[in-house]
Amino acid sequence: MSFIEELEQRAETIKQGGKDKYHEANTKKGKLFVRKRLELLFDRDMEIEDAFFANCMAGDLPSDGVVTGIGKINGQNVCVMANDSTVKAGSWGKRTVEKILRIQETALKLEIPIIYLVDSAGARITDQIEMFPGRRGAGRIFHNQIKLSGRVPQICLLFGPSAAGGAYIPAFCDIVVMVEGNASMYLGSPRMAEKVIGEKVTLEEMGGARMHCTISGVGDVLVKTEEEAITYARKYLNYFPANFRYNPPVTDPLDVKASEKTIAEIVPENQNAAFNMLDLIDQVIDEGSLVEVKKEFAKELITGLARINGRSVGIIANQPRVKGGVLFTDSADKAAKFIQLCNAFNIPLLFLTDVPGFMIGTKVEREGIIRHGAKMLSSMSEATVPKISVIVRKAYGAGLYAMAGPAFEPDSVIAFPNAQIAVMGPEAAVNAVHANKIAQLSEEERSAFIQEKQDAYREEIDIYRLASEMVIDDIIHPDRLREELIKRYEIYEDKNLTFTERKHGVYPV
Amino acid sequence: MEKIVASMAGNVWKIVKNEGDAVSSGEDVVILESMKMEIPISAEGDGIVKELKVAEGDFVNEGDEIAIIE
Repeated sequence: MSFIEELEQRAETIKQGGKDKYHEANTKKGKLFVRKRLELLFDRDMEIEDAFFANCMAGDLPSDGVVTGIGKINGQNVCVMANDSTVKAGSWGKRTVEKILRIQETALKLEIPIIYLVDSAGARITDQIEMFPGRRGAGRIFHNQIKLSGRVPQICLLFGPSAAGGAYIPAFCDIVVMVEGNASMYLGSPRMAEKVIGEKVTLEEMGGARMHCTISGVGDVLVKTEEEAITYARKYLNYFPANFRYNPPVTDPLDVKASEKTIAEIVPENQNAAFNMLDLIDQVIDEGSLVEVKKEFAKELITGLARINGRSVGIIANQPRVKGGVLFTDSADKAAKFIQLCNAFNIPLLFLTDVPGFMIGTKVEREGIIRHGAKMLSSMSEATVPKISVIVRKAYGAGLYAMAGPAFEPDSVIAFPNAQIAVMGPEAAVNAVHANKIAQLSEEERSAFIQEKQDAYREEIDIYRLASEMVIDDIIHPDRLREELIKRYEIYEDKNLTFTERKHGVYPV
Repeated sequence: MEKIVASMAGNVWKIVKNEGDAVSSGEDVVILESMKMEIPISAEGDGIVKELKVAEGDFVNEGDEIAIIE
């Protein structure tokens, strides 16, 4: 056999991955082969691959169970690490870990995004001394991720298990996309849970994709197939620059989605009636440009990337359709991370405010709503990207503050004509101030008294009074919102400031 | 069979669908009142309201059963 033939033969064997039976098992679960995933992910497959021959002397560990390299997504170079679950279930040996570290360090050096295609059983216990504890051990993968965070976009596409320590790869990414039925994250498997703590639970219940995307919030995007996950990642990256030094790319503007209703018609006059905030968003953004993050989690707050006149914008919007749009621990948490994501990569923020406040009661106090709310305020306050707050209807209590209220240096606060800004709504305020008096009144007198006081209160918090006091910067016709935002974002675009001088804040986590 | 539960603590303000009524996915079954807001509680799938577990004016906690859809 010539040198050339040997090279070709070796390369061909490695490209096949693990044994046929593992490929067949994966196909049955709807899982694609790692090289097929990469072909779909990149514009035209991987451009370069490094350490293809890693551990080739072992014979049965092609590429040591992980593919690393660089390819183009929408023309942008992107680093990738992709587990091969046909090779020892995608487990990590010494060279697997070294390959992951090197591609991360390449992303750091070139300042380009990195995507982790995770499908791995975790550490190879037999190799633990070589791959677990040391300076170039698996712990360094997370150290590198933390260093990369905010510098370049990091995405995790979770196609299979991500177990024990490995579960921290998704945790340190900007966003985690999970394929329902196959993806899972857990520190200890159900088998281990049964042995150690006596809990009987299924993998789906404990660490499945649906659980993580709806309850724990560790997952961000729930998809049905791997193709869908890859399509999401490609679209998502479109909104981001290669790294924190640049502004996001601008695309051709599109019109808003055609609708029978204008914004003025979408928003009900009655402050307490529900409506779907997504209908309003549709009338502000370029058609079809909304990419929601954590769509299935804490639905009382919408967070998503979109485009307005071709420019990236991060939307944080109360959803009156769910839980009245009240802020809870999870929604505050969801907002905090999303705001950080946008601020890190120079994506302007748009707050669409219609919030009755933060939830009250024993349950949320025990969950630490003050601490979680503080996270949201802290991230929002520190965000130095262009920041506009639109008071759609009501902004009560700390809800006003959390949604980039006037005190938090938004570039502007603009309100619709029926907006209300107050410590609390008229009903609650009248109850709070006149509780004793109301209790003394007879049935007949009561409702008239309450009505009179509520009307007086409404007058007191009238939006023109707030405009007169210059609390807000403008009151606009709701149907002019998009036009107004286009102009304002263009003007604020070159804003460049440092929040404050220090090493870093002591974050309320 | 689908159990509809309260998404947050509040009072049952209005029953929109009664026992025996047909509902489709996303349609409101009852509306709660909480934090001075109307909180619609909707069905996740199509079906018939088999049982209503609440009446107007009742207080419900987060997670309490509201209706059973079949």
